Amino acid sequence: MRFSLQRKQLCIPYFLFLILFVVIPILFIVFYAFTDSNGYFTFDSLISFFTSTNKINVLIQSLLFSVINTIICILIGYPIAYILASKEFKTNYVIVMLFVMPMWINFVLRTGATRDVLTWLNISGGEHPYLATMIGLVYNYLPFVILPLYSTMLKLDKSQIEAAMDLGCNRVQVFTKSIFPQSIPGLVSAAQMVFMPTMSSYVIPEILSEGKVVLFGNSIYIGFSNYQWNSASFMAIIMLLIVGITMLITRNYTEKDSGGKSSKW
Amino acid sequence: MVKKAFGYTFLYLVLLLTYVPIFVLIVFSFTNTTYIGDWNGFSLELFGRLFQDEEIMIALGNTVIIAIISAFVSTLLGALGAIGAFYSRKRNRAILENLNQIPVVNAEIVMALSLVVMFVFIGNTIFHEQIFSFWTLLAGHVVISVPFVYLNVKPRLQQMDPALYEAALDLGCSPRKALSKVMVPQLLPGIMSGFLLAITLSLDDFIVTAFTRGPGLLSGENTIETLSTLVQAKIKKGPIPPEMRALTTIIFIVVLVAVILITIYQNKNRRKIRKGRDY
Repeated sequence: MRFSLQRKQLCIPYFLFLILFVVIPILFIVFYAFTDSNGYFTFDSLISFFTSTNKINVLIQSLLFSVINTIICILIGYPIAYILASKEFKTNYVIVMLFVMPMWINFVLRTGATRDVLTWLNISGGEHPYLATMIGLVYNYLPFVILPLYSTMLKLDKSQIEAAMDLGCNRVQVFTKSIFPQSIPGLVSAAQMVFMPTMSSYVIPEILSEGKVVLFGNSIYIGFSNYQWNSASFMAIIMLLIVGITMLITRNYTEKDSGGKSSKW
Repeated sequence: MVKKAFGYTFLYLVLLLTYVPIFVLIVFSFTNTTYIGDWNGFSLELFGRLFQDEEIMIALGNTVIIAIISAFVSTLLGALGAIGAFYSRKRNRAILENLNQIPVVNAEIVMALSLVVMFVFIGNTIFHEQIFSFWTLLAGHVVISVPFVYLNVKPRLQQMDPALYEAALDLGCSPRKALSKVMVPQLLPGIMSGFLLAITLSLDDFIVTAFTRGPGLLSGENTIETLSTLVQAKIKKGPIPPEMRALTTIIFIVVLVAVILITIYQNKNRRKIRKGRDY
């Protein structure tokens, strides 16, 4: 009993760290979002956010960019993860590493490289800001989609797939009835890896569109660099809300999934 | 057969496209033109200029120092946190686990801004001056990497034979010894991958760095520049500075060597495990 007590205590520093540097800062954001520069309670930030067509546009544009980026990344990443994990294709683990390797090269440098190459190909951000931003986003987030999908694909229940084939499913049915449902947890975490970071990205739209595409992250960054703590904090609250909503949605999915599993047993 | 050929083509095409920007930089690091696309004959001039560029060297030094320190702190906090949580009561573990998820799911820019407003508040009310420094930057980097250390160690704990620790105690180990001699080696792969992930997250970070940095480290009195913030400042104004193309080549080689070493290490481990099973 004494020993287990000692092991328990090992998490106290981590707990304190999380409270000090994660929980309390978020409380500060809430505080700043609903006060004015003198520290008095006010709804000014809220009102100015929702009455500004500019900021609402930025919000909608960011949501659109995030949705499209998530879809494109999954459309490209899903088959790749499948090929990498499948026994049919004799791909080496080295190829998985090759897909991950760009992540280890500084991402600002990579973003700059993407922009310079696109400029060289005459797809410069000045002329095609939306296209250039989209390419940059997909390019950057693709590895983040491939990894979780790959690890889910490795765990696919092969006997279930074989059973589906034996029981007369054609290739499409095997996919829709066995492979796809089994890969949903991976899809959810892949989408999580892309959706939020896209909305809040700053460097990629800033560099690739040469400042023409403003996503939510850019908006917060501008607030930060102009010392507008109150309005920036309110935008961060909006971000937090969106995080919360996406978490609720994804939690539903994973619960359904585990519920299904337990009922099978 | 057709399906297979199609699959391979798709795979290698995407892989190739992924590397285009990096390879373009690498190729043009061997010439001395200002813009990529202009080839002025083979030259190693950029590599020489890179090492004489004080700005880049300082930023590089800062980046490495912060990455190593923050990865060490994150690994210590996160690994101990995971071990402690694993043996805690279910309710306490759930609390810690939920707290741990906050930085994982939260947008980086929200985390960064939340730290900034806290530091600004503390600076204004307690110190009556800005408190941004290396320490605030370190806190920021630990926040973004520590949850991933926790998440990397946790599955190892679940896989570990619970009897091992008890056995070590029964055989006369002190709890501390049992922890360091039995548990840590068992958890080492998870701790190592957590550490490596912490390093990569720190090396790559822009937002938290840009928000929480202050003067210090190799930058001295000036605001700390890391590779990310320096590159960002440069490419906002124009193309990637030519010297940084040479830097990309060097980073690429370092990453390549690291990946090869890690793959060899993992293969060896796998073989060891297989051998162990044979006996």
